[in-house]
Amino acid sequence: MSAELIPYITEARPDTGLTNGKIGIWCFLASEVMLFGAFFASYIVLRTSAVEWPHGSAILNVPLATVNTVVLISSSVTMVMAWASLMRNDISKYRLFLGLTVFFGFCFLGIKTVEYSAKFEHGLLPSTNNFMAIYFIMTGLHGLHVIGGMIVNAYFLFAAPSYWEHDRELLANRVENSGLFWHFVDLVWIFLFPILYLL
Amino acid sequence: MSGSAAHDPAEIDKHVRTYVMVFAALLVLTGVTVAVSYLHLEVHQAIAVALVIATFKASLVALFFMHLISERQVILWILALTGAFAAVLLLLPAITNHDHIISANMPAGMTSAAHAPESAAHH
Repeated sequence: MSAELIPYITEARPDTGLTNGKIGIWCFLASEVMLFGAFFASYIVLRTSAVEWPHGSAILNVPLATVNTVVLISSSVTMVMAWASLMRNDISKYRLFLGLTVFFGFCFLGIKTVEYSAKFEHGLLPSTNNFMAIYFIMTGLHGLHVIGGMIVNAYFLFAAPSYWEHDRELLANRVENSGLFWHFVDLVWIFLFPILYLL
Repeated sequence: MSGSAAHDPAEIDKHVRTYVMVFAALLVLTGVTVAVSYLHLEVHQAIAVALVIATFKASLVALFFMHLISERQVILWILALTGAFAAVLLLLPAITNHDHIISANMPAGMTSAAHAPESAAHH
């Protein structure tokens, strides 16, 4: 009996032409689209039903959110650069770029904490009105995804030497899958930023 | 035993050049999104412009960073199915509130008052 419990994690399955890990992460991301989709749908219901809806920039901090957008985009680039470094067999650059990705994650959360603190200080809570409720729920759920992605990336940062010694192809596949999740988190923010802050 | 992850260096260099170009495009488009918001366009126009730019940015991320441009068909089919369900999910509330959205944009006198007898008849 094979010691390998999950088949096709390094070589592609002949019928799909993909590793099982990649099919798995895309199915997971499909479920994530529906999860966030439900909240975007809620936003549409709340906004179109409201007699008055505040302009995001009147309540929220647009410059801070713009910086956060740049931070997340930068982290997406460092994520793909980490994967590309593995493809070049350059472990030191891989660790540099993945370390930067985790660092940008911390920056994003730090800025978000500053934003949340300012809202709480001004008495703006999820219970204040529907705008604040959907703002905290959507950015909070997104923030949880950032934390989840950072944990996985941090694991692949510190576990890399062991993978590197045993199976480099497996590390590259798993980092690519982790990257797919991280880019999805970036992609969700690309829509959250204008609808909450700019419209 | 360590299986190598190395691929054709020229191919990877091409990927990296694309990533840098996409990064620059995303930065520029973020600037455009913020700049447009300061033009104080009419709400419907502002929503349309912001969503078009956001969709374009998201497409760049999905196509190049997530490698969908060169991905296998099975993934594209999974995403097409997801997209169809997500569209229904987003359109349902919009359709539910259709009357409200239309009446909000009608001139005074043609709004809820005009619909009142009709809605009263339903009750």
